[in-house]
Amino acid sequence: MSEMPSAARSIRRRVSTEEIAEQPPRASAYVCEAASCMSAQAHDITVRLGERAAEAGLTDVLIKRVGCLGLCAAGPLVEIAETAQLFERVKPDDVEGIIKALKKVKSTDTRQPQGPFFEKQLRVATENLGRIDPESLDDFVGRGGYEALKRVLSEMTSTDVREEITRSGLRGRGGAGYPTGLKWTTVAKAQGAQKYVICNADEGDPGAFMDRSVLESDPFSILEGMAIAAFAVHASEGYIYCRAEYPLAVSRLRLAIRLAQRAGFLGAGIADTSFNFDVQIRLGAGAFVCGEETALIASVEGRRGTPRPRPPYPAVQGLWDCPTLINNVETFANVGAILRKGSEWYAGIGVGKSKGTKVFALAGRIVNTGLVEVPMGMTLREIVYDIGGGLIDGRPFKAVQTGGPSGGCIPAQLLDMAVSYESLIEVGSFMGSGGLIVMDDTSCMVDVAKYFQDFCREESCGKCVPCRVGTTQLYMLLDLITRGEATLDDLAQLERLAGIVQKTALCGLGQGAPNPIFSTLRYFRDEYLAHIVDKVCPAGVCTITPAEVTA
Amino acid sequence: MTTVFTLQIDGRDVAGSEGQTVMEVAEENGIDIPGLCHLEGIHDRGACRLCMVEIAGTPKLAAACMTTIVEGMDVTAHSERLLEYRRAITEMMFVERNHVCAVCVANNHCELQDMAADLELTHFDLPRISPKVDIDASHRLFAIDHNRCILCLRCVRVCDEIEGAHTWDVMNRGLDTRVQTDMGIPWGDSTTCTSCGKCVQVCPTGALFEKGRAVASGSKRQRPFLPWLKVVKEERGQ
Repeated sequence: MSEMPSAARSIRRRVSTEEIAEQPPRASAYVCEAASCMSAQAHDITVRLGERAAEAGLTDVLIKRVGCLGLCAAGPLVEIAETAQLFERVKPDDVEGIIKALKKVKSTDTRQPQGPFFEKQLRVATENLGRIDPESLDDFVGRGGYEALKRVLSEMTSTDVREEITRSGLRGRGGAGYPTGLKWTTVAKAQGAQKYVICNADEGDPGAFMDRSVLESDPFSILEGMAIAAFAVHASEGYIYCRAEYPLAVSRLRLAIRLAQRAGFLGAGIADTSFNFDVQIRLGAGAFVCGEETALIASVEGRRGTPRPRPPYPAVQGLWDCPTLINNVETFANVGAILRKGSEWYAGIGVGKSKGTKVFALAGRIVNTGLVEVPMGMTLREIVYDIGGGLIDGRPFKAVQTGGPSGGCIPAQLLDMAVSYESLIEVGSFMGSGGLIVMDDTSCMVDVAKYFQDFCREESCGKCVPCRVGTTQLYMLLDLITRGEATLDDLAQLERLAGIVQKTALCGLGQGAPNPIFSTLRYFRDEYLAHIVDKVCPAGVCTITPAEVTA
Repeated sequence: MTTVFTLQIDGRDVAGSEGQTVMEVAEENGIDIPGLCHLEGIHDRGACRLCMVEIAGTPKLAAACMTTIVEGMDVTAHSERLLEYRRAITEMMFVERNHVCAVCVANNHCELQDMAADLELTHFDLPRISPKVDIDASHRLFAIDHNRCILCLRCVRVCDEIEGAHTWDVMNRGLDTRVQTDMGIPWGDSTTCTSCGKCVQVCPTGALFEKGRAVASGSKRQRPFLPWLKVVKEERGQ
């Protein structure tokens, strides 16, 4: 980002929204500049489009950088906003075609359906993704941004805000699903003159990129959500704990914080009221465990990022021993919409105790790799086949992994299950932050369990014995199985040890580490047995060398 | 005025003051809850997981050393299940590095060895991990053999909280976790170490030992010297 060619800089000025506000454009091309499309040279497309539009004398045309358009598999993406025409896998040579399409746009044109990937989604937390320039505060405000904060500060008491969030039924989107309103109330009622709000943006599950996309595409909504939360719990300082592996998200957040401060939406006397709140960014140093709230707090304080036993919970005793509210990126992204549209509207979406929507990152052997947001209660089949477009090369579906290293694998017979916090736990998985990894018949489930165990043992902080030693022991047993050297006794040992680690580990990382083993054993035990008894890997992934026959 | 709570530990009615931990109340009442990272006089960290107890009404186990008592609490500190877990955790400690009691200075004076005896361990089911680790004998008086370290971090805490030197700290993570002196330099080169030897005294195993000691001769002082030091420190108003 920092090494931008000078040509690009002038284009950026030309596309700034202030000039557009004077005269609405007749046609606009939205170029996705989130990390995935950026890595496929999307910024060159923006520059080229700007140059070509200028050369063609198109003065009533807007070329705009936007956040994630969702269909990451087909990037770089360009959308003609007026007609919803989507250009996929755009190369520099395709720019002429887009210019032609821009010329044809008429003022009577309306957005046409874009196919099931887009039409079956319901955008709440991601409503601004792919719509606004993530580096423009005006763009955010133009889409209703900061309306909620202004109304909260001028018309509502902190109790009103907490009640509204409680009524909406919003639950923690980091995965555990703790009721957000209850958490806010706990922090508000906790004793302490100084309180803090922390946004957990330490997204680390393999295959998950929801938080990254939201931060890269709509950073202001997080700042607005945090400011509303701070008002509701009487906090005046906030931190965003973001992993350093997300440089684009961090740079956009930094810019957003500066712009919001300048416009009076952060800092002292927000929106001309007496409410003060400011936000700082803290970068993680590549430790998965720092997504666990007590480890995260230790890391923000500048200490070694290791968890501590709870209680006391951070809501009572958190950052520097002060009451601290910690919510995930996606949770904060929902707050503005809930206060704008009302808790009843939000509670009307979803199923059972799981209200609202959930953002999922589709990954693995699925056609439409990308970012989707669906109402709770949608079935896995709809997500995988209708939205996700099914499996690559039409291969048979084997399992979908949710919840990251603490989650589980859900087999084909459960595809018609409605997705909610409760239903996922019932089938031995976990909502998690929203990574959804689809696997076909080329995946060996023992190997999958081994992969996640390897991840956990690598990421164990080393504080408690069951996690430090236990995850390695579990990994060694799984390795033995995949090499075809295990016995049925080893399998029994695996199950016993997994139970002990789950029950005795200090934090969620260790307690959740055995989950992939439990869920694969529950649904794919025959694969374990094939490795152990028949010395074969049914999926053909593991290399099992036949034992030498000794005379 | 402190509030006094009554509670049950293993079916026995006991009383404790507000703010006390389950471990403290159990100790006062002669109920032995095992633990290797816990040591009276320094802060608890709940890391060894040997003191895990069952508390009626909560589904998860709790570390007795970090759980404060409440009125009417019903604690089970000894059960078949807890014994199985404690054995497994002790076994994990043994197989993690390289514990060979026969050639250890702490033989017969080792809390890990005592733990194995108390829990009646007879053999190991788990394979040894035994990574190659270093011995640092650069200090004039003491040495550390990381093979015998169980990462209880008593040395780190006593050095920081009692001696105030903070020579010891922790580096790396997972199985690579090690205690270190002064940001990873040899102990003998440490400029902060006061050579007070408290770390050696509190080490539950033979990881930290006085130079010149041979097998089984590494006996340590009677443990409760820390609470005394703590009282002295507080009286001096530090």
